[in-house]
Amino acid sequence: MAALFKARKALSLCLSGCRSLSQLAELPETHQILRQTCRDYADRELTPIAAKLDKEHAYPAKQIQELGAMGVMAMEVPEELGGAGMDYLAYTLAMEEISRGCASTGVIVTVNNSLYIGPILKYGTEEQKTQWITPFTTGEKVGCFALSEPGNGSDAGAASTIARQEGDEWVLNGTKAWITNSWDASATVVFATTDKKLKHKGISAFLIPMPHPGLSLGKKEDKLGIRASSTANIILEDCRIPLDNMLGPRGAGFKIAMQTLDSGRIGVASQALGIAQAALDCAADYAHKRTAFGAPIGKLQAIQFKLADMAMALESARLLTWKAALLKDAKKPFTKEAAMAKLAASEAATFCSHQAIQVLGGMGYVADMPAERHYRDARITEIYEGTSEIQRLVIAGQILKEYQP
Amino acid sequence: MSGRVLVGVKRVIDYAVKIRVKPDNTGVVTDGVKHSMNPFCEIAVEEAVKLKEKKLIKEVVAVSCGPQQAQETIRTALAMGADRGIHVEVAGKDYETLGPLQVSKILAALAKKEDAQLIILGKQAIDDDCNQTGQMTAALLDWPQGTFASEVSLEGDKVKVVREIDGGLETIKINTPAVVTADLRLNTPRYATLPNIMKAKKKKIANVKPADLGVDLTSRLEVLRVDEPPQRQAGMKGSTELSRRDS
Repeated sequence: MAALFKARKALSLCLSGCRSLSQLAELPETHQILRQTCRDYADRELTPIAAKLDKEHAYPAKQIQELGAMGVMAMEVPEELGGAGMDYLAYTLAMEEISRGCASTGVIVTVNNSLYIGPILKYGTEEQKTQWITPFTTGEKVGCFALSEPGNGSDAGAASTIARQEGDEWVLNGTKAWITNSWDASATVVFATTDKKLKHKGISAFLIPMPHPGLSLGKKEDKLGIRASSTANIILEDCRIPLDNMLGPRGAGFKIAMQTLDSGRIGVASQALGIAQAALDCAADYAHKRTAFGAPIGKLQAIQFKLADMAMALESARLLTWKAALLKDAKKPFTKEAAMAKLAASEAATFCSHQAIQVLGGMGYVADMPAERHYRDARITEIYEGTSEIQRLVIAGQILKEYQP
Repeated sequence: MSGRVLVGVKRVIDYAVKIRVKPDNTGVVTDGVKHSMNPFCEIAVEEAVKLKEKKLIKEVVAVSCGPQQAQETIRTALAMGADRGIHVEVAGKDYETLGPLQVSKILAALAKKEDAQLIILGKQAIDDDCNQTGQMTAALLDWPQGTFASEVSLEGDKVKVVREIDGGLETIKINTPAVVTADLRLNTPRYATLPNIMKAKKKKIANVKPADLGVDLTSRLEVLRVDEPPQRQAGMKGSTELSRRDS
């Protein structure tokens, strides 16, 4: 009897493992339809306007609403709260296809999904979820995530924004820097120190609506890429919020931030994949059409080697990203894989877009072709949500733990 | 009235793909080529789903005739809002010679079996451009037809159809049950929402064989040869003098 039970358990474990592994080779049908739907949307609605959005630094409000209607702005959120109730692999696929059309739209989507909704979904009370998630599922409102400060980016534990309790309110003071979506957001998750003596264990997370008295925005940064998304400082000057606006337990802020970034990394990896794919598409198409030395340049080994290296970097990063997503969906530890995915994908994005410009030659340098925009969009993926250097530290930390004697 | 609408959806080579003729000139290359739902069929599905959302009809049934992969097309229709699907299995040689005559016989048989009130089809498929299936289906059923529809409204037991014709727009009123074929401007098909894509997984697709419907798949047509259109030659430069036609 026991043997039968063991055999059945082993079989189901094997099947679930097999299912995950085979998903790397071929996606389930729903995910294929989802991927195709997002690709169709990106091809028809994002790619034609991406250059204009970039040139005008214009927030794609209409497209964000359409994506909201499709369920893309709140993919992991359960349907009862207004979301799409999908798994992280689905989110990864959607992010890649959307970013392939427009990287700026991609970052707006991922910040809303992973960085704003993510922590509230995990740590919020039921009332907080209803108040702070449901209105942000339709695309009409987007949120943002305020961790970095002018004085600390990678050094997140050194948060100098302070939150002190005054009666039945929290009063926040400080400045947050580099906040994506800031000028378009209706709410933010903010990290502030509640107990300075506890160092990084004294940081807590808060929810602030936007606009709000005591919260003001710095000037919109003039960025190299992802220009259709707004990036600015958030300045808190005696910003008062109810005690109920604390997210999660007091002092858990650093942990919340790190866990949120773990998941967010997979979103950014997917964005980087989309940019890399768009760059590869551009280069491969050009290789067929452009002739030099009497034949299409795709016949030249120099170009062929570039295309091969680009495709390989992209595909390896994609598999790492899917694996991280599958591990997260299976509720297994995924910190190392997420860091690897983000590192590989962002470096693939910069590599592919760099080589794409090279394949296009002079045409790669001008705005007539999208290669130069991919190059500019790709660069940030190695920096935000954990620089490549931090990713390496995270990976090394996990490996050393695994090999702990 | 049953309140049931049958929508035909055809799996065709995607409109954006560059078509290549097979080296033996017997047809076009389909292996490994991207396929999707015929754009006019998408418009047909959208119209049916809209009628259901307006509560003018009760059930949308998506039908596709073809090999195993036709189920993907049905699944897309389900994700757009159709309630259930019927996959009529036609594969191999039968599928290569499948044309409007056989499909309309299948649809007619299904319409009777399912007690359909309305059949909505795309006006034509972008692979063969036949523009015959809707018309043949109506004739086989002896039902009225409203083809090239740019507007459809249900009024009691009649359907008002605005048709796009060469001379402009023609409005007709036909009795149900009827066949309507969708033209380009009838509507703009929705993108399937992610929750609906998930829900589509649970919706049923029934498998049916043409023989079960008493349909003979023998084709009356034989394709002799398929060729690419002739390569465009360079043009000729004309005179640069303005022509004075109305002086």
